[in-house]
Amino acid sequence: MTVAIQHLPDRQLAPLLRAYRQAVFQRRIRFLVGTSVLFFCVMLGGWWVGFDIALLASKIDTFTNYFGRIFTLDDGKPVLSDPVEWYWGLIKWSKLLGETLLVAYTGTILGAVIAFFTCFAAASNLAGATTRWVARRFLEFCRTVPEIVFALIFVLAYGLGPMAGVLALAIHTLGALGKLYTEIVENIDMKPVEGITSTGGSRAETIFYAVLPQVWSGFATYTLLRFEINFRGASIMGFVGAGGIGQELLTAVRKFYYSDVSAILVMIVVTVFVLDILTGLVLKRLNRVG
Amino acid sequence: MTQIFDPSRFSSIAARHHEVMRLGARQRQMMFAGAFLGVLLLVFGLIEADFSLSRIINGTGKLGDFAVLMFPPEPGPLFKTYLHALGETLAIALLGTVIAAILAFPFAVLASRNVLPFWLTRFVVRRSFDTIRGVDTLIWALIWISVVGLGPFAGVLAVATADFAAFGKLFSETIETADPKPVEGIRSTGGTAAQEFRFGILPQILPVIAGQILYYFESNTRSATIIGIVGAGGIGLHLSEQIRTLEWQRVAFLVLMVLAVVAVIDFISSRLRTAISGAKPI
Repeated sequence: MTVAIQHLPDRQLAPLLRAYRQAVFQRRIRFLVGTSVLFFCVMLGGWWVGFDIALLASKIDTFTNYFGRIFTLDDGKPVLSDPVEWYWGLIKWSKLLGETLLVAYTGTILGAVIAFFTCFAAASNLAGATTRWVARRFLEFCRTVPEIVFALIFVLAYGLGPMAGVLALAIHTLGALGKLYTEIVENIDMKPVEGITSTGGSRAETIFYAVLPQVWSGFATYTLLRFEINFRGASIMGFVGAGGIGQELLTAVRKFYYSDVSAILVMIVVTVFVLDILTGLVLKRLNRVG
Repeated sequence: MTQIFDPSRFSSIAARHHEVMRLGARQRQMMFAGAFLGVLLLVFGLIEADFSLSRIINGTGKLGDFAVLMFPPEPGPLFKTYLHALGETLAIALLGTVIAAILAFPFAVLASRNVLPFWLTRFVVRRSFDTIRGVDTLIWALIWISVVGLGPFAGVLAVATADFAAFGKLFSETIETADPKPVEGIRSTGGTAAQEFRFGILPQILPVIAGQILYYFESNTRSATIIGIVGAGGIGLHLSEQIRTLEWQRVAFLVLMVLAVVAVIDFISSRLRTAISGAKPI
């Protein structure tokens, strides 16, 4: 296909071009300043952490080799040639993976339940200013401190094991879900609330009959997504001794049990995939029902 | 206030508004079954995790002791070291985010249907993103440590790796939601494919992508505070050390430092984000 484009004569083109340049000039300047500030910050940061591109370049094949190495058995054969040898610890690892899932589930539910009771106190349409302030600062604190820091402290308080992991995940979940739940509650239609209040309903009745029917599907959606995130969180809880498969992975990496590293990583990634697909299916159903 | 709600009237209301008040019997059964299973699993999880009353009471008591010992927060003699480590944390977050964004962009373009209509490249790139995303930042840190050694450099690479995949997915989704009309306009004037992308798609997606990058920078500041726990630089190393040696005053001080920095970064980033999204596109 041939396309003919008519060029305007220069005399007509010049003022148009000038107008265009003027229009973009300011944006260009702003973009340039922004990029230079960012560039300066990046350079400063690179200097601060000792970022060494030469080191990276010389070690990049170590990185790729590492992946080659972890997919090789101790006798030098690729892992797929002998899956039984590769997954020699399948039973042990499956148990730990199950524990990881259970830690994620229990932590999510505990956190979600407390978040459920907190969110009505943090919502601007259902709570007074003081209650709201307290509830919000509480939720903020719970989600800003990373879960693994809570896990480190809980391991000292409650002893090693999955209990510390469950509690740490629960607290972080409480903070994260509490905020999301609050946002949902703040966006409801207030007419049903007025209706129930006008008939003399108590606060619990108002929430149960006027708020809940509007928010439950949103709550369920966020909780499911949080469960997925928490599985990833639970997979590293073992790094600090708070249960799950992380401990085993840490040992395998630190002691250079190469094929074990790949075996555990593959198990984690596959589980994440499966959870992703399952939550997708459940969400689809949920949105149809709700 | 008088009690007006009378339970005995409920059944007559329910009878009158039959279709509104009653869920399908099957649906209700399923809901109860689901809730029952959920509670059962929760109880099982609590038992498996060794929740017992004595353990909860003992542990909470200890936690209370820790909390008392945290006051007043105090940095000890290492204040300068902590400040340096905090700078490291910020640098890890910034560098990791920037590197990830730069590397992810071309791959995201490859994974976008409206730019490259081959399903095979899209499938391969997307699944790779998903695989990388399945592995947590802290695990990437462990792996990078065994490649480049202990220190913040490994932390930067870990954050960059994990975010590379997250950005790839986000960016490609953003590119796919771009309005096709500007592209058609440029094509109609005889523009090349590169011009279509530069003038048709890029102006639409850049503000969105910039917002996403800033948002991730915020969240990376949080994850960079813990990456030191496995030895990949930043304030996490000191935090975990002081927790393990039970120096609670220093722990409290470090946590406060982290909270302050996170709050400052949140503030700056949300300001920038509104400025960017408010700015008019060309």
